[in-house]
Amino acid sequence: MSQSISPSVEVQCYHCGADCEDTIVVHDDKPFCCEGCKLVYELLQENELCSYYDFTQNPGVSPDKSYYAGKYAYLDLPEVHDRIIEFTDGRQTHINWYLPQMHCSSCVYLLENLHRLHEGVISSLVNFPEKKVRVVLDEQKINLSKLAELLTYIGYEPYLSLQDVEANEAPKTNRTLLYKIGISGFAFGNVMMMSFPDYFGLGETQNDHRLQSMFSIFSVLLALPVFFYGASGFFVSAWKAIRKRYLNIDAPIALAILVTFVRSLYEISTQTGVGYLDSMTGIVFFMLLGRYFQDKTYSVISFDRDYKSYFPVAVTKLGARNQEEEVRNDALDNSEIENKDANHRSPVTDHQILVTDLQPGDCILIRNKELIPADVRLISERAMIDYSFVSGESIPVEKTRNELIYAGGRQVGGAIEVEVTKRVSQSYLTQLWNNDSLSKKQQVTQSTMVSQINRYFTWTLLGLGISGLLYWGLMGDLPRGINAITTILIVACPCALLLSDTFTNGNMLGMFGKHKFYLKNAQIIENLSKIDTVVFDKTGTLTLPDDAQIQFIGKPLSQMQKRIVRTLCEQSSHPLSRLIAKSLSHVPKEQLLSDFREIEGKGIEAKLGEDCLIRLGSAQFASPLIAGIPSAKQDDNTSHVYFYFGDRVLGYFEIQSQYRDNLPQTLTALKQKHYQTFLLSGDKPTDVEMLGNLFGSTSQLHFNQKPDDKLQFIQKLQEQGRTVLMVGDGLNDAGALLKSDVGVAVSDNINNFSPACDGVLQGSQLSQLPQYVRLAQSGRRIVVQSFIISLLYNIVGLSFALTGTLSPVVAAILMPASSISIVLYTTISSRIASHKLLK
Amino acid sequence: MSALIVLLSISLLVAGGFLIAFIWSVRQGQYDDDCTPSIRILFDDKEK
Repeated sequence: MSQSISPSVEVQCYHCGADCEDTIVVHDDKPFCCEGCKLVYELLQENELCSYYDFTQNPGVSPDKSYYAGKYAYLDLPEVHDRIIEFTDGRQTHINWYLPQMHCSSCVYLLENLHRLHEGVISSLVNFPEKKVRVVLDEQKINLSKLAELLTYIGYEPYLSLQDVEANEAPKTNRTLLYKIGISGFAFGNVMMMSFPDYFGLGETQNDHRLQSMFSIFSVLLALPVFFYGASGFFVSAWKAIRKRYLNIDAPIALAILVTFVRSLYEISTQTGVGYLDSMTGIVFFMLLGRYFQDKTYSVISFDRDYKSYFPVAVTKLGARNQEEEVRNDALDNSEIENKDANHRSPVTDHQILVTDLQPGDCILIRNKELIPADVRLISERAMIDYSFVSGESIPVEKTRNELIYAGGRQVGGAIEVEVTKRVSQSYLTQLWNNDSLSKKQQVTQSTMVSQINRYFTWTLLGLGISGLLYWGLMGDLPRGINAITTILIVACPCALLLSDTFTNGNMLGMFGKHKFYLKNAQIIENLSKIDTVVFDKTGTLTLPDDAQIQFIGKPLSQMQKRIVRTLCEQSSHPLSRLIAKSLSHVPKEQLLSDFREIEGKGIEAKLGEDCLIRLGSAQFASPLIAGIPSAKQDDNTSHVYFYFGDRVLGYFEIQSQYRDNLPQTLTALKQKHYQTFLLSGDKPTDVEMLGNLFGSTSQLHFNQKPDDKLQFIQKLQEQGRTVLMVGDGLNDAGALLKSDVGVAVSDNINNFSPACDGVLQGSQLSQLPQYVRLAQSGRRIVVQSFIISLLYNIVGLSFALTGTLSPVVAAILMPASSISIVLYTTISSRIASHKLLK
Repeated sequence: MSALIVLLSISLLVAGGFLIAFIWSVRQGQYDDDCTPSIRILFDDKEK
């Protein structure tokens, strides 16, 4: 079925979209660049999952081989290996890796069929909600680095970070809670069954009395494990809070459970009644269900990452060699080094080393797009460092030999060699991270609406109970008084309050998550509903990080000229060249160019055939040769690259940073709702006029803001009594994100977390921001409404309780009824709200 | 009366059996991931 033919025209692989350069594998009338892509296609096709290909063109994003070649070699180091794997018996090894790219059922299928892609894989099992895959492999046939390469190759790069290596995390799934739910549910159902005879009336005969006491004994036996095991979490949590001298939401629940249990035991032992054990087991069961639901919604994304999770686990340490020769090699042609990675270094002396083991003086190799883990001195001739991770400035900085590069920079272009000057733990980035403004997390769980209401609720309840006790006590009917206070505590348990909050927030978090807005916790929803000021960062937040508007001004280019431009630009690592090359990726490469030369800070040139000179670069570089070229308007908003061809300048490329779609609508919508909007940018002033219009006036735009300035700015707004939503990205906004009332990090890859943010918003969803705020507001409304409902139940219950006439049957009906109706109400209404607002 | 005790014990035994089955299934890890199996069941297993 499949055959190889030599390429005559440029063909793109049907699966991964790469140019089929050497051979084309044709299968099912579709071209593939290699057997691997074909195999993946076959797997999907067999199972009629080819709709995978309908979503986007060439969806199997398979990164360039040079991207991952050798990248995972560190996994085979014994000290890393042992900490990465879960289990091994010599023949079978188990690993459990996080694959953030997993997104649909085809992914599950593909990943669970890994054994068909490589014989070393014995089996694989996907956990879709956690985006993890558990692979059982035979290390005789495939080692960990090969497995990581295989996964990267089919488009699922495993996320392995320093954090994984430093500490072995405990399994997250909380099975204890499930056991508790099972036991409480079992007891609840059976105690309810034992209580029925009493509800429907047992007679006064000797036999009926004996039956009654038998049922009671069974009930007590069933209630014991619920009280001591099922409800233990509430007691522990309430006790901890009381020791710290405040009342948390668990305190009244624990009190209600305790009072109900003790009173029921008393009634049963004195044979004065049958107690409320059915209600008690019911409360515990429903509360545990609520807690399970809450845990589920929070387990999806882990926010507890710090700088370590951004760093590579290991880097390539260069062996001792003649460095002079090294430098000469680099100077010759920087762009070629990337391609030569494998043979460029001598494999014997180079090896992978853990980042934490780096010592000052070590020489390491940093590949394209790799984060520099420690403060280093540059050994290579030249490097372009992108500090956007630290400073937000999007244009890479050029560094030359012996200059110092701070940790957190990213190399753009060819691989570079650097010498470590400080250990990772002492580097600039690490210190910035440990800065006070970053590490000081506000602990303000006290101020939430629910805990406030809860406090009033608890005190009112105690007040009511004591006045009931006093009233009946003064009337000379003390037993009735005790009866009143205990029944008040039983019936007015704030279960409904807690459940309404838990379920509304859980549903809301789920809804936000479904629309690509991931919030850290429920508190954020409340804060988000209160904001009145929105502050935006510019680079990477309002603009697209790796996209720009590029147009050629001048005589339209012929197809051949486009090919030349693309090929020329690909020789350079300059960001502008890369952007131009990307915009021309649809045209094939030109083979006839030769004599490439890159003149630093000016441009690149090459020869077409014998004597046709081609130059791309700055105006001074291209234009002094011949006058009378179309000249560009000089302003700060755009960058220009001139194209000189043969004997004249044909024109220039205008490159303008691209703003996100729907930006005007978003800002207009925010303005209409009377939100104040501000812009804070670390960049030089650009697009002032356009942004001024969008934000209302240019006075709302602030440029050249350092991270600390941003933080101060937010603080000033807050001192004016404003509630601020900060939308930013990257570490440079970290201070501001943390300082603001709600800090949202915009990211196109939701797994790139900012340290201090309260939520992560997928870049494409930024235009939905006004709707998200409105959804948060309706979320709060739903909580208030369900509070009112539960209050109504409480009033009914209390009216029975105060008169001391609450019968077990009324309690047994009121309790589950209020819980269930609250859960139904919050679930349905939050779904309706999100359906109306989003989409 | 004695019939009721027998019946009650039997019903508790049956319910206890279900409780044990539930605990066993949790131990097995059947509740660790409640989403993927619903996707997995739709795949044909045509082993070649």
